[in-house]
Amino acid sequence: MSDLLQVEDLVVEYGGRHPVRAVDGISLTVRAGEVLALVGESGCGKSSTARAVVGMEKPAGGAVRYHGEPVPPLGLRTRAAALTAMQMVFQDPNSSLNPRKRVAAQVADGVAAARARGAGGPQEAGHWLEQVGLDRALAARYPHQLSGGQRQRVAIARSIAARPDLIVADEPISALDASSQAGVAAMMRRLCLDAGAGMLFISHDLSVVRQIADRTAVMYRGRIVESGATEVVWNDPVHPYTRALLAAIPRADGKGNLPQAPAAEAPAEWASEVPEALERA
Amino acid sequence: MTAAPVLSIRGLTVAFGTRKRPTPIVNGVDLDLVPGRIQGLAGESGSGKTVTAMSVLGLLPRTAQLGGSVRLGETELLGLRRRDLSRIRGRRIAMVFQDPSASLHPQLTIGHQLTDHVRTHLGLSRTEARQRAVDLLERVHVPDPADALGRYPHQFSGGQRQRIAIAIALACEPEVVLADEPTTALDVTVQAGILHLLRDLALERQLAVLLVTHDLGVMSAIADDVAVMRHGTIVERGPREQIFTRPEHPYTRELLTALPESDFTDERARTALAERDSADDPEVGP
Ligand SMILES: Nc1ncnc2c1ncn2[C@@H]1O[C@H](COP(=O)(O)OP(=O)(O)O)[C@@H](O)[C@H]1O
Ligand SMILES: Nc1ncnc2c1ncn2[C@@H]1O[C@H](COP(=O)(O)OP(=O)(O)O)[C@@H](O)[C@H]1O
Ligand SMILES: [Mg+2]
Ligand SMILES: [Mg+2]
Repeated sequence: MSDLLQVEDLVVEYGGRHPVRAVDGISLTVRAGEVLALVGESGCGKSSTARAVVGMEKPAGGAVRYHGEPVPPLGLRTRAAALTAMQMVFQDPNSSLNPRKRVAAQVADGVAAARARGAGGPQEAGHWLEQVGLDRALAARYPHQLSGGQRQRVAIARSIAARPDLIVADEPISALDASSQAGVAAMMRRLCLDAGAGMLFISHDLSVVRQIADRTAVMYRGRIVESGATEVVWNDPVHPYTRALLAAIPRADGKGNLPQAPAAEAPAEWASEVPEALERA
Repeated sequence: MTAAPVLSIRGLTVAFGTRKRPTPIVNGVDLDLVPGRIQGLAGESGSGKTVTAMSVLGLLPRTAQLGGSVRLGETELLGLRRRDLSRIRGRRIAMVFQDPSASLHPQLTIGHQLTDHVRTHLGLSRTEARQRAVDLLERVHVPDPADALGRYPHQFSGGQRQRIAIAIALACEPEVVLADEPTTALDVTVQAGILHLLRDLALERQLAVLLVTHDLGVMSAIADDVAVMRHGTIVERGPREQIFTRPEHPYTRELLTALPESDFTDERARTALAERDSADDPEVGP
């Protein structure tokens, strides 16, 4: 049983009497020491999945298990110490950083979470800042004294200082400058694997995902339409949606090649079930 | 080899703030827009691309201090009275924005927005204007054009709204189109269709297009020429293929090296990139 995270037939709905089904029965697993990417276009249900995984959203159906145990809802009270081994990174670092605390104190919160679980590790904020490629001197700053990219690195430093075994990252690089996106994604992979942790990495940028994910799950309208080893999915997509998605990515090779445009918006075949497109090895 | 430019930007400078303490944003930009060609303006967010495009049409707030020259044919646009500028806007120079809502009125039907424009600018009858609107929607591949005329913007998907915004931009047969991140808000499958459309329209209507985008994949797909901007200065420019395969400026080399989907890599650029974020960066983000 090396599955850190097991999601089974997860359903997430919003609204009361006529609910919108944002996640329509998806299953996935994340194992220790691997990065699983969840990709898909906006509104397909990636964030809803992430929130259900960490307990911020109550599933309308299915199950989320972390170390084989159901994940309790993230209530107002602080969560059990054991659950701090699951860390989240969001697109907007401001949502996870406290504007009134210096960087050192924010990282110290991560360290404290690790200690409360009895997990050891370096305690100095400077160490963790260096891990994410930041100068130690930034420890004395407040978030508003940092660039957006530096803030996201601090948010990552705080997460890894908590010595997580699972990181759930929802579009962690989307708000960064284009030139630092791939670098930060690669860094997250390295930190994660060095610690023997697993990561659920959500992104709509497939070219970055290709570089850092061991396995990829492609989501369309609340369902996973294709999944498997990243290189297999990328080199030989079998689901019509995955094919359209990959063909539409423009390549920055200077050749002036137009990417393939689908014949219609959201053709019906994109929603089709293709059993052999799942769990591809 | 190429035709003469219809729009020439020379030594454009833009600063914000007070006269005593201006913050320079654009520092002497030269650009030529040529009929039938797409001129790309690349660079990371905050480099001054949007400010450059906006200054062409006098769309910057009054706190902006402009210098240099922007010539449309024989007309100098900088310093032109707002009334004269607004006559040029939409008619000779049109704009397409990242968010199509910026060019669409939420409470007016598509037909109203398309025909109003054409009637005032081209002096057409109601029937003629309606036919033109249908033709335009058909051209940008909005399904069921006649029916679309009676509908409102929110009844269309984001991609269709951008197509409609492009139709409105084309309505008065402009010579110049300024497209500021026209596909950035769209999903990649929808983006692909819009790129085809922009490419085809530039050629068939001999539009002189300025394509502003931070997305080098988009740039590589449809720009003929590329200018790379950093801190309000164009650091490198040239034909598309040269910029993507034989970039010379260290900054261009960094941008391409950072891109997983580019074939270009350079070790020195890789090192510079790794050091960039960690340093004591004076630029503080929002
Ligand atoms: N809090 C919410 N209330 C109502 N609808 C929501 C909420 N969050 C997301 N949705 C809807 O659920 C669907 C999936 O959204 P989301 O999970 O955010 O997708 P993604 O992260 O892939 O863009 C969308 O249709 C979205 O509008
Ligand atoms: N109205 C304004 N007043 C003051 N500063 C502005 C204004 N508009 C833009 N800026 C500044 O000008 C710089 C360039 O902005 P912009 O042209 O929007 O960048 P880009 O389009 O390349 O991302 C940014 O630092 C931005 O904060
Ligand atoms: Mg999301
Ligand atoms: Mg801009």
